[in-house]
Amino acid sequence: MNFNILSLIIFLPALGALIIACISNSRAKLIKYIAAFFTLVPLILGVILFFNFNKSAPLGTMQFQEKASWIPLINAYYHVGLDGISLPLFLLMDFLGFLVVLISWKIDLRPREYFAWLLLLETSILGVFASLDMLLFFIFWEIEVIPMFFLISIWGAGRKEYSALKYVLYTLFGSAMMLAGILCLYFTTHSLDMTYLIQNGIGVNPAVPATLVFFLLLGGFAVKLPVFPLHTWLPDAHTDAPTAVSVVLAGALLKMGGYGMIRICVSFFPTVARQYAPWLIAFAVVNIIYGAAVTLKQTDIKRLIAYSSVSHMGFVLLGIFTLTQVSMVGATMQMVSHGLITGLLFATAGLVMHNAHERDINKLGGLARQIPIITVIFTIAGLGAMGVPGTSGFISEFMVFLGSFGSSVLHAKIFVVIAILGILMGAGYILWLLQRVFYGPPQDKFNGTKDADKLEIFYSALFIVAIFGIGLAPSVLANIIKTGVAAIIH
Amino acid sequence: MDLALITPEISLLATVVIVILLDLFVQQKKILAMVSLAGLAVAFGFSVHLWGGSAQSVFNNMMVMDKFAMFFNLLFCVTAALVVLASSDYILKFDSFQGEYYALILLATTGMMLIAAATDLMTIFAALELISISLYALVGFLKDAKSTESALKYMLLGAIASAILLYGMAFVFGFTGNTQLANIGNTIFNMSLSGVSAAPGLMLGIIFIIVGLGFKIAAFPFQMWVPDVYEGAPTTITAFLSVASKAAGFAIILRIFYTAFNFPTWMSHDWGMIFAILAAIGMTVGNIVAIPQTNIKRMLAYSSIAQAGYLIIGIAVMGFSPALTYLGQSGVLFFLAGYAVTNLGAFIAVIAISDKVGSDRISDYDGMLKTSPMTALALSLCLISLTGIPLTAGFMAKFYIFSSAVQNHLLWLVIIAVLNSVVSAYYYLRVVKVMWLNEPKFEGKVETSFGLKLALGLSCLGILLLGILPNYAMHLATLAAKMFGS
Repeated sequence: MNFNILSLIIFLPALGALIIACISNSRAKLIKYIAAFFTLVPLILGVILFFNFNKSAPLGTMQFQEKASWIPLINAYYHVGLDGISLPLFLLMDFLGFLVVLISWKIDLRPREYFAWLLLLETSILGVFASLDMLLFFIFWEIEVIPMFFLISIWGAGRKEYSALKYVLYTLFGSAMMLAGILCLYFTTHSLDMTYLIQNGIGVNPAVPATLVFFLLLGGFAVKLPVFPLHTWLPDAHTDAPTAVSVVLAGALLKMGGYGMIRICVSFFPTVARQYAPWLIAFAVVNIIYGAAVTLKQTDIKRLIAYSSVSHMGFVLLGIFTLTQVSMVGATMQMVSHGLITGLLFATAGLVMHNAHERDINKLGGLARQIPIITVIFTIAGLGAMGVPGTSGFISEFMVFLGSFGSSVLHAKIFVVIAILGILMGAGYILWLLQRVFYGPPQDKFNGTKDADKLEIFYSALFIVAIFGIGLAPSVLANIIKTGVAAIIH
Repeated sequence: MDLALITPEISLLATVVIVILLDLFVQQKKILAMVSLAGLAVAFGFSVHLWGGSAQSVFNNMMVMDKFAMFFNLLFCVTAALVVLASSDYILKFDSFQGEYYALILLATTGMMLIAAATDLMTIFAALELISISLYALVGFLKDAKSTESALKYMLLGAIASAILLYGMAFVFGFTGNTQLANIGNTIFNMSLSGVSAAPGLMLGIIFIIVGLGFKIAAFPFQMWVPDVYEGAPTTITAFLSVASKAAGFAIILRIFYTAFNFPTWMSHDWGMIFAILAAIGMTVGNIVAIPQTNIKRMLAYSSIAQAGYLIIGIAVMGFSPALTYLGQSGVLFFLAGYAVTNLGAFIAVIAISDKVGSDRISDYDGMLKTSPMTALALSLCLISLTGIPLTAGFMAKFYIFSSAVQNHLLWLVIIAVLNSVVSAYYYLRVVKVMWLNEPKFEGKVETSFGLKLALGLSCLGILLLGILPNYAMHLATLAAKMFGS
């Protein structure tokens, strides 16, 4: 590609946000169409990128690279590019970016600000996945804080201001640790370029011990993933955010944490990662089991799905730190798959809450009679969350377990066996949720609840096609991810 | 000819005289503002011209016109110009002495320019008094109870600080026999190791100098005057104090400690550690006490104590850095540039909004986004920059100064600083939140004059420029950091 297609994809949503910011709040329809346009074009371009990805390029090369000198004084470049790991996540955000605009179609409170912040959020997440310079990575990482703060605190529900502030403070705390780590990296290597750091790591005998830098950087990613015990922001933020924001939060923002761990923690510090991997796998298992256990107790639909995200991200952490090719490919696929599945779960849960005006599971019941289409969509999403074969959830969890079981990390096998319990508990909470909310005797108070309309069926269909597409033909995605992982784990 | 080298100061003094005389004849006080701006522009032009030349010392080495001094000249001119622009509405509150207001601002700026170039203890003190006395008068300009109380507090505490500073200078003179900074440095360098440790008076003198100058830069534990003085002073003067007077303080601390007290190394490590500890405590105290504030001027006052803490990190870095490296100094200079546009922007927005709602309470800022979107957006941008979120000058400034600290083995200080940034997000975002979320308390737009709009717009432009394309400004800061360099 001769012209800078990657930068175009990254900044088109921001351009859309600027344009929307100048339109008056009364022309909501125009705002929504502009938002849809400025997220559809990046999606189309992203798909073109996907099919232009060269699977047989030499290991470790970044594709679609663009590099321009930015701050020569501190060796900072505007450097973007994609490889096998970042391309699927990049495309996932592209896809979700368009879908959340469709999910938000019915927003009527201050649409101008809502869509402007949403598009700015998309730019920042796309930038995180495409960035190949540490300062640029950090800048894109931080930019998402402000749109999220406004989106949750203005258009959310429940304790929205509290949840928004909690989200901001937690994220900034993690970023503070990450900034210290980046500064240490710069001090010891005088380079902010990720491709250089992947090759050379922190060097021999660095002035700041590699372990300290590893954990400083890991701190930032651990807050985002999230890793127990830094996960307490997640249920509040997910529950109190508006539906579309929950979709982006669960679908893409959590993946930034996992991506950072693979791209930075494991790639730059392979020996430290291998040394502390048993601890991190232990935390992963806590995520899986504790997350699933708490999920079983929930009575609010969105909070239940939020805690299930904690559990599913545990699979990602397990896959990353068992440090085998298969498990890391599985972890990346799990990130993509979870983004789609949980995205659909949140979207549909939002639909149920909006139409039935009820979020408490104890008060819902028997909705299958009144809203059959939503029931079908939710059931399919639930099957994906359980990891039923045919959906992307199965193939990613299977690869994680297959790879982890054969891992050379200390005690990996024991942890994997414990983690498999998580699948059982996952089936438990999903089936229980479906039975209590949709199946069972219909209740009269829900007569006349609106079912999904054409737009909602359309975007749900897109989600489902993607979920089953990856589930039935996983090699399309897995082969691409493998080219990226093979460069890290030999 | 020495006079040709101090053209910026002379042009400002001439402007002061013209403004005072014109005040007697003109009714339209806006003309005085324009004359002041013209004078500042002339001084700016002269400073740019002197920047291009090589470093020259004037008046028998009492002052030196190097890039360091010129950087501060440019910074002070821009700051004073923005304050003058923002004052065009505010000045209607004063029933008299409007000409003197502009003249005092220009006099203070002249003093600041002099102190940035001063290389002799006596010049430093004279310039410091010029700045201080002009500011004492300016703080009390509103002549109501609060303003007069602030002016009195400022004057009393400032006088004590100046006295301690002078006492410290006397000690240093007594033990080194020189008042010129370069000569003091040479004498200490030539003293044997035992000679310096056997001169406790010298150490005491340095400590007293830290105390006296620490007052000016709102360093802990000399920061007690800041909230009261900032709250009572006219908001334009608060802006001027928080940015320009602080920058002048940092200029002279950098100059003194780099030139006179940099050797022996154990001594520079000593005062470097003192500054590091003061920075750590200052940031924490400033940020924590800012959290319960309900008055926006007091909140910004405590925030400026915290920001001073971040700046003092740069001085500590200077103490620990090896000879002939200037990372700490260039970090401080770049941070001052970013801090100037950010803090000025915040205070100018506060001037506009408080004028309309008639109070300084944060809760009265409810729903500002609906009634005055542009002003609320500008204030939000300034607060986000103060937090240190990227794409703003505040983030780049923090990144640069923290980077210089890590490179000089002060990682512990950086970790305290970044944790403090997280704490500060709470109270900055609280103001942003009330403006964006809550229902407006007052109907109608915030009316602002053209001058204020221009000043606010320029500040916001500066924040975004320094945040996205900081390279040129960083380059200028690096050049200026080599004091006395050509």
